[in-house]
Amino acid sequence: MSETKKFMYINRRPPYGTVYPLEGLEVVLIGAAFEQEVCMVFISDGVFQLRQGQDTIDSGMKNFSPTYRALGDYEVTRLYVERESLEERGLTEADLMPLTWEDEDDDWAEKPSIQIVSRAQLSDLLEEQDVVFNF
Amino acid sequence: MLHTVNKSPFESTSLKTCLGLAQSGSDILLIEDGVYGALAGTIHTAMLAQATGTISVYALGPDLKARGLPEDRLIPGIKVVGYDGFVELACANDKVQSWL
Amino acid sequence: MPGTRYFRVFFYHDGVNNGTRLTTPPQDDRHIVNRWSELSKAHDLDLVVCVAAAQRRGIVDPDEAKRNGKDSDNIAPGFRISGLGQLIEAGIQADRLLVFGD
Repeated sequence: MSETKKFMYINRRPPYGTVYPLEGLEVVLIGAAFEQEVCMVFISDGVFQLRQGQDTIDSGMKNFSPTYRALGDYEVTRLYVERESLEERGLTEADLMPLTWEDEDDDWAEKPSIQIVSRAQLSDLLEEQDVVFNF
Repeated sequence: MLHTVNKSPFESTSLKTCLGLAQSGSDILLIEDGVYGALAGTIHTAMLAQATGTISVYALGPDLKARGLPEDRLIPGIKVVGYDGFVELACANDKVQSWL
Repeated sequence: MPGTRYFRVFFYHDGVNNGTRLTTPPQDDRHIVNRWSELSKAHDLDLVVCVAAAQRRGIVDPDEAKRNGKDSDNIAPGFRISGLGQLIEAGIQADRLLVFGD
């Protein structure tokens, strides 16, 4: 069996206008079963996927934002959000959903899944990956 | 790493995002509508021209020709490759990042 | 390209539409679906269409038709419908992953 690979899922599009964020999430959730080292990245309009307060009732569309809260249970615990993308869009971390995961190695302590990183840090992170998907 | 960009810089921020994250020493291949980014004399020329100093930039020949873009109208330093060149670039780099 | 081996070609999002045998492109243009079927035969390629994306877009094989109560199927020769796990598996087992699309 091959050794673990580093998987990065890059999200650049906002939710609801296209199917990509939803179908992208489906890949991440299915991929979780394969026990690789995974992380998600949100840049450009992708940061809007994590915006809290999504209410789709009047639009008739399925609100899939709750799915991001389940990521921690699927051991997808590293969600990198690009600082520059947030700033360009007038957003702060407080505008994002407070996503957490429970660390079983630390007495199930609840820890934040979202990490705000700079473009430069993301560039280094990208270089480290083995497999990169874009949605 | 080989980065591919398939969107025109006039339509999408894909090229800009790619340039923001690509490290020096990497390769960028413009394909499909991405070849419009290879044109000299546009409002987007400077950002790519700047990168050619530390990054090798390529454009896919068949996509340029399909769009009537002659090689002498491209940013100096950009190399034109065919489909076999695309495969060679993919093999020469340890991974390929497609900016769609 | 000699020396290159393709582990799998996985069709996701609107890419699944490459897998329907019901297209009728103009005579003077490429028949993309047929080209995939022919390429698959000539090089023994594993062409996989994602089941979830296929269901959304109406790409159906006989099993899926039966399972979901559809009155026909439309999958093109050479393609098979399977889960997203096939994409992840390909990412793990192959040396390179190339992505084309929108």
